[in-house]
Amino acid sequence: MLRATFKSLLARKLRLILSGLAVVLGVMFVAGAFVVTDTLSRSFDTVFASAYSTTDVSVTAEPKVEVSEFEGEQVAAPLPASAVDKIKTLPGVRSATGLVEADGARVIGSDGKVLTSMGPPRLGVAWTGEDDLVTLREGRGPTGADEIAVNATVAEGAGIKVGDRVGVLTLEPKKTFTLVGIYGYSGDRDSLGGVQEVAFTEPVAQKLMLDAPGSYTSVRVQAAGGVTPEALRDRIAPALGAGYVVKTGDQLAEENAADLQEGLAFFGQILLGFAGVALFVGVFLILNTFSIIVAQRTRELALMRALGASSRQVIGSVLVEAVVIGLVAAVLGLAAGVGVGALLAYLFASFGGGGLELAPLAVPATAVISSFVVGVLVTVVAAVLPALRAARIAPVAAMQDVATPDRPLTRISAAGGAVTAAGAAMLGVGLFADTGAELWLILGGVLVSFIGIALLTPLVSRPVVSLLGRLFSWSLPGRLGRLNSGRNPRRTAITAAALMVGIALVTGVTVIMDSAKSSLKAEAARVLKAQIMISGDQNGPRAPTYDPAVVRRAAQIPGVRAAAGLWSDQVVIDGDKQYVNATDDLAALAQTYGTGGSLNALEDDQIAVSVPEAAERGWQVGSTVTVQASRGKERTYTVAATYPEDSLPGRIMLPAAATRDFGVPQPVLGFVRLDDGVPVSAVLPQVKALVADSPEVSATDAAAFVDDQAATFDTLITMIQILLALAILIAVLGVINTLALSVLERTRELGLLRAVGLGRAQTMRMVTVEAVVISVFGALLGVTVGAGMGTAVTRALESDGITELVLPWSRMGTYLVLAALVGVIAAVLPAIRAARLNVLGAIAHD
Amino acid sequence: MAATNADRPAAARADEVWKVYGSGEARVVALRGVTAEFGRGRFTAIMGPSGSGKSTLMHCLAGLDTVDRGTVHVGDTEVSKLNDKTLTRLRRDRIGFIFQQFNLLPTLSAKENIRLPLDIAGRKPDPQWWDIVIDTVGLRDRLSHRPSQLSGGQQQRVACARALIGRPDVIFADEPTGNLDSRSGAEVLSFLRASVREHQQTIVMVTHDPVAASYADRVVFLADGQIVDELADPTAETVLDLMKRLDTQAEPVML
Repeated sequence: MLRATFKSLLARKLRLILSGLAVVLGVMFVAGAFVVTDTLSRSFDTVFASAYSTTDVSVTAEPKVEVSEFEGEQVAAPLPASAVDKIKTLPGVRSATGLVEADGARVIGSDGKVLTSMGPPRLGVAWTGEDDLVTLREGRGPTGADEIAVNATVAEGAGIKVGDRVGVLTLEPKKTFTLVGIYGYSGDRDSLGGVQEVAFTEPVAQKLMLDAPGSYTSVRVQAAGGVTPEALRDRIAPALGAGYVVKTGDQLAEENAADLQEGLAFFGQILLGFAGVALFVGVFLILNTFSIIVAQRTRELALMRALGASSRQVIGSVLVEAVVIGLVAAVLGLAAGVGVGALLAYLFASFGGGGLELAPLAVPATAVISSFVVGVLVTVVAAVLPALRAARIAPVAAMQDVATPDRPLTRISAAGGAVTAAGAAMLGVGLFADTGAELWLILGGVLVSFIGIALLTPLVSRPVVSLLGRLFSWSLPGRLGRLNSGRNPRRTAITAAALMVGIALVTGVTVIMDSAKSSLKAEAARVLKAQIMISGDQNGPRAPTYDPAVVRRAAQIPGVRAAAGLWSDQVVIDGDKQYVNATDDLAALAQTYGTGGSLNALEDDQIAVSVPEAAERGWQVGSTVTVQASRGKERTYTVAATYPEDSLPGRIMLPAAATRDFGVPQPVLGFVRLDDGVPVSAVLPQVKALVADSPEVSATDAAAFVDDQAATFDTLITMIQILLALAILIAVLGVINTLALSVLERTRELGLLRAVGLGRAQTMRMVTVEAVVISVFGALLGVTVGAGMGTAVTRALESDGITELVLPWSRMGTYLVLAALVGVIAAVLPAIRAARLNVLGAIAHD
Repeated sequence: MAATNADRPAAARADEVWKVYGSGEARVVALRGVTAEFGRGRFTAIMGPSGSGKSTLMHCLAGLDTVDRGTVHVGDTEVSKLNDKTLTRLRRDRIGFIFQQFNLLPTLSAKENIRLPLDIAGRKPDPQWWDIVIDTVGLRDRLSHRPSQLSGGQQQRVACARALIGRPDVIFADEPTGNLDSRSGAEVLSFLRASVREHQQTIVMVTHDPVAASYADRVVFLADGQIVDELADPTAETVLDLMKRLDTQAEPVML
């Protein structure tokens, strides 16, 4: 039996290659995800280990507001010089160096633009001289207040050289320095993991990076001979008392690496998610291939049964075939995945991390194991149904000419209805109920719904396909193609369903994104009264900022009615972390933004709170609240006013005085409202001139600002489209496979048609119409299901601000047209094969 | 020996046709310089034992297979010179086919199957001729049926109607009754004969069944890739006799 299996495997190379390809692609993504995360995480481990190589123990003050990796950069609390002195006196300490090191030193390059970062921080540090890690490549360290040195990554990125005058943005607006030195790191590295670094003299760094003269962000302690870092840590911690965090260098390296690994794991999970979609689609393809193979082998299998093979042996023979395909696909997928992983890591290092030294490529055991498990499991699962079907073939079928007819669709449709209902229910619960497992319910609901709809597809396929086909029925080849596509509703349905999955997901996401975009625009139109906005593109965790003087000067421009800046920070307010805003001029802000009326300016100890926030927290005018901003001391404020939602940006508004303690003590947005009748063009150039010295931001008219914000959604849509293209590609393989098998199955028919005079071009047209009908059917299903799901999600998010529902007709139309195109492309090879058929051989074919 | 028929112009003609399959040890000479004419308005049967080359001859005549040497004409057209496109057009417009089995497209109704060559060409059937053909094959009440709803004999009659509907120069039938019981076979053969006698069609039929051959006006006998004999106005008995004679002759001349 086993030998017969292998012989039949070899005899059907082409279709096995096609169906195997789906598994190969899926496994490739799985293996690639593991390889890239492994390579990157090992690379970063090296970076951190090296960054802390000269640190035995590190001491920091407890941060004022704990900020997680996803919320932005932690603002370190200042550590007084007295703490450094105290550590120096402790026994076992060889040296203790106070370090200043904070994110937010943004260098203005020779092109006048701020040097951006895709993720690694842009550190401003106090120069501590060369050591085992840091070496000057050129020039010297900064000694004067207007001197800086930068690491080689900054020098290269900004295009600056020693002797240049260089502008740097810090907590304060642009200041200009002379570049006196460029440094690198041990091992001839330009940067540690892409970090950009600007070194000032200590007092300048303390002023510009911390706004705390005489303070440090951490103390680097080196142990005297014979003292272990752990022992030293345990000695320093009690000596300093509460309020300090004391850790060994190894501990810090590990913690930093662990933090980063969380981010990488997230990245890996996204890749795995898309691999999952691809494999899910692959299951349809394999299921179809095996069903067709079993159908074609009916007589062969029946003969085996007649010769005494048990139904279990028949199932076994199909499953062995699946295992072999799964194994081969896993091996190929793993190999391809290592390549993809290496490529992604390379791309990440060259474009994302800016100079990350990649660790040597390795294939982690997880990649190998998951490749094989996924490859074999997916294939076998997909083959189970066809195998069971094969086992039902009666021995008598060997003697009959006709294939066993398809069983009626009633049962499968009933099952499909039930599964769809279950999926929809899961989706509904996930969307509307508060269960704590929303994400899983939604994902599961979508998946289960897809399976249910796939089961229902054969039922709809007959009417829909025949209707679609009528579009092509004006010529005989078209009509034949239409009839062929309606011949085998199950096969057409599964092929189309595979395409449906990808297109439904893309459409669903598009509906949600377009709705969000449209809601955002509607909201902006409702609340934004300013005609000119000052804003910048945020890359990295830190918002772009500008000089607050800009707003004051903008207010003076003739024709300007009001101008206000907006500051933002994450603070702890009455014990809860919360984003808050502040403005220099509340009255002006109320004129440029929001639906409310006028407001009085806030005193230094007053805050304004939105009505819903006050209601949630039980605050009234006169209540007192405590606020701990990123820097400074905890302060107490009195609620001076409540304002209706939408009348000011955000839910809590702090006074201008509070911005000094903000993590980013400069405004991140600016609003300029013009007097009635004053054209934007009359004022915009003057505002542009004002922000010339704040290169992170630009002044634009409000419409452009809103479009810019909304464009984020388009980027997201594009990204999702690219990632789901894999699933769609696999579905296209499915269309090719189905067609190739159909052409093979209908060899004699094709021979007859050719014999009675069907031309080659007509034959190709016939096959193409069949492909187009199947593809468009799949796309139609996908667009419908996707629009449905997208609508459900959008409705569920109504309370979260997605108030508009937008069905992206033009995009949906594009998907349909693309599907038709995909059909044409998928038909090329099968059509050529059909057209090249030897007429005589085809007629004699059996 | 050349089989010719001088009293009418030929609908199809083979001149010194050679056909060789394979090479080396596996080399099989299927036709060894066959020359034959098939008269217009005549019903000719080609007979011979398995491997005699009778099907190959028909395939070459119909432009389904190429010849290695010699020429094949359908009417005035030299088939052996045509490319795929003109050959397809020739088959569509000037030749009708009836195969032993699998003659019909399962997706099309009987009516659509009959019209298939015309539909491919984008032509309309001549309504008068249509009625004659449909009534002669006796399928009027079956026209909307799918092949799977027809009996074997009915299917073969649909195939005949399809071959006839375009009024081709010549109809090639390859064992048209091979898969039928004797009664259905007789129906199909009478119908073919009627279309020749009453409607001046030309039919070339390959068969190994003497009874089937007896419906023809003339029988050509092939053995070992050569025409060895022919018989005019055959009956089943005369055909059988000749076959026996050829068999015994063939014995000593085995090559």
